[in-house]
Amino acid sequence: MARQYLLGNEAIAHAALEGGVGFVAGYPGTPSSEVIDLLRARRPEGVHVEWSTNEKVAFENALAAAWCGVRALFTTKHVGLNVAADPLMTSAYTGVTGGFVVLSADDPFAHSSQNEQDSRLYAAMAGLPCLDPGTIEEAHAMLRDAFALSEEFGLPVLFRPTTRICHSKADVELGPVPSVHREPAFVRDPRQYVVVPAHTRVLHRRLNEKQAVVRARLAGLGLNTGEIRGCRAVVAGGVAAEYVREVLPDGVSLFVVRAYPVDPGQLQSFCLEHEEVLVVEEGAPVLEDEVKRAAGSVPVYGKRTGHVPGEGELSPALVRAALASAGFVEKAPPAPPAPVEGLPPRPPILCAGCMHRAVFYAMKRVFREGIFPSDIGCYTLGLQLGTVDTTICMGASITIGSGIAQTVGGDVVATIGDSTFLHTGLPGLVNAVYNGANMVLVILDNRVTAMTGHQPNPTTGVTATGEERPKVSLEALCRACGVEWVETVDPYDLPGLIATLREVRAKKGVRVVIAKKPCVIVERRARVKRPRLEVDPSACSGCRTCLRFGCPAIAFEGKKASITDLCSGCGVCASLCPEGAIGKESRPPAPAAPSGGGA
Amino acid sequence: MSFDLLIVGVGGQGTILASNILGRATLEEGRSVRGAETHGMAQRGGSVECHLRIDGRYGPLVDPGTADLLIAFDLLEAVRYLHFLRPGGRVVTSTGIITPTTVFSQGLPMPTSDECLARLAPFRPLAIDTAALAREAGSELAQNVVLIGASSHHLPLRESSLLAAIERSVPPKTVEVNRRAFALGRAAGAPSP
Ligand code: SF4
Ligand code: SF4
Repeated sequence: MARQYLLGNEAIAHAALEGGVGFVAGYPGTPSSEVIDLLRARRPEGVHVEWSTNEKVAFENALAAAWCGVRALFTTKHVGLNVAADPLMTSAYTGVTGGFVVLSADDPFAHSSQNEQDSRLYAAMAGLPCLDPGTIEEAHAMLRDAFALSEEFGLPVLFRPTTRICHSKADVELGPVPSVHREPAFVRDPRQYVVVPAHTRVLHRRLNEKQAVVRARLAGLGLNTGEIRGCRAVVAGGVAAEYVREVLPDGVSLFVVRAYPVDPGQLQSFCLEHEEVLVVEEGAPVLEDEVKRAAGSVPVYGKRTGHVPGEGELSPALVRAALASAGFVEKAPPAPPAPVEGLPPRPPILCAGCMHRAVFYAMKRVFREGIFPSDIGCYTLGLQLGTVDTTICMGASITIGSGIAQTVGGDVVATIGDSTFLHTGLPGLVNAVYNGANMVLVILDNRVTAMTGHQPNPTTGVTATGEERPKVSLEALCRACGVEWVETVDPYDLPGLIATLREVRAKKGVRVVIAKKPCVIVERRARVKRPRLEVDPSACSGCRTCLRFGCPAIAFEGKKASITDLCSGCGVCASLCPEGAIGKESRPPAPAAPSGGGA
Repeated sequence: MSFDLLIVGVGGQGTILASNILGRATLEEGRSVRGAETHGMAQRGGSVECHLRIDGRYGPLVDPGTADLLIAFDLLEAVRYLHFLRPGGRVVTSTGIITPTTVFSQGLPMPTSDECLARLAPFRPLAIDTAALAREAGSELAQNVVLIGASSHHLPLRESSLLAAIERSVPPKTVEVNRRAFALGRAAGAPSP
């Protein structure tokens, strides 16, 4: 096959097929989502592909498939591995029969995440091998071969790409996809699959015994390699190894680590050939600590010594600076040019016509002194509108909300999206009702997992591969949790929304408002058309009330407001204008944007 | 040595398609290429950047002060990423400018087009009315291909490779429009004799 210009996640998705995967499950999360998105678009014959309701669910589904002898892939972003950590830890004890790859994509610099945690630490804690590719080409080959490795060890294999692998592109050569026909079978073996104390103690000993085998085998694979070129050395892992290769001066040795655990003997004999060692890696000082243990009296520099930044992501320039601070190059690199100052920032914003904006606006109007715990999704952007007071992890809007309500009281109004509610919100709601919290929960129900790329979920009514399923009823779910007051509203009807929130405010206990409207991007793709709105300049007084709403389609020219082509016709701004100057456009709406030359 | 460039703009403008076209054109010539893109939340109308390294062999990131070329879909974004250019680098930009909502919501000062162009001056900017040329080609959505046409004089890639990559990257029904858009952009960007 010819070389292709591919996204890292595209190469990874294809590698899974080349590796004979038969079962794929995950929960969307940047930067991991495209792996399953590409697989489900392709609908490979004989491969089960699903978006699960959360990472623990997905992990256990995939683990079960691996127990039945099928090759399985679980995908998540780093923080999703926290949700799946419970089965992850013990899956190392039970082991697998079919190859099982746990893909956990790390996000150094938290481009699109709540923290910068390092999945390699999970592998170390669980006692699992971990593959840490440095390029897309490596990611492709390593993921393809990881299934066989997993079967050889009888252990899940953790695969840790980072944002600059997942969301980078390179020329890659794909391989053939075999047609696999495994006869799946669940072979009953309670001593392996039932981890009662008597069984688990034995399983733990077996896991410990496997470690030496794993280390030796990984060393033999040649994934961790060194080249001696002088008396100073750099040890690097992940994508940082590429930055090192780009800027490494002549005469400095390089050892690249792509697989953990590293064989200490191999690391030791390399380090002892040198006078000083600098360790360059993104994330936690995982490699640095291994090198330190192996290096004996040879000085080791890295994050712990302040030679390499302890947070954020690296770049060739930062590696150059680290080499200079360790004294591996003569002079410090010149300071890079500074960005132009004083430009208005352009942060991401909610789309024109997004229902979240209307809900946040109404909340602010009704609950002036309210506390607003929120969650993870497009609606976190409500931060800019002053209606997101807390966000810590998936599902926590409800539990932080009930915690605050039980502690300080007052108006507590939590917001959560439909997918996040089903992910980990539900147990918190049951708890809030059970323990008698006084709070309002607004479910922002746009029938899709929008932020990560509009993946379907159980409220959408279709599966990852497009089969129709009954839509889960959020109203019925909330009532079944014991919520007595559940009201569904149309968020584009601003006066109605405000009236409902006022009514809710007067009540006690846990109250749920479901604001239901499809995401405008999904509507646009489905070619739903609404007439645009326009401002009558003779009626506009220039009061800027509509501007404060924050819709990106509303601009201000001279002394009057105006509405641009971005308008999706939600009509909310019309009900805000005190002069009644905003109305439906007289021109017919422009055709919905085809995918033409655009996005 | 690789030829390093940035493609910058506002989420939703088609920077990723532009990067795909350049990446595929590089492959068309049997050369290696690396790219890094903005995906996820930042695409919701935020400032986005694609890094691209033609003949790239290492990581995908371009450091500030080292890019050979900056292609901007928006004049304000051209200024925002200007520090990525090396001395003597070039900038090809659309004259279009979208006012960020922070200007309205926080009352921040907005530089005028002329002020932006003055900032770009040391890099001999090529500023193209991409909207007008795209309309002339048949669709306002073809602005990214107009920009590629205009940039083609400064790219180490053959015109034929770029055209082949465009054909393979845009929806089949829009190939003709995009060919015209490329030609119009290329003519507009031609160095004056
Ligand atoms: S993608 Fe959908 S949910 Fe997200 S901001 Fe846009 S309209 Fe709102
Ligand atoms: S109707 Fe008003 S609020 Fe809705 S998208 Fe158009 S300009 Fe924005």
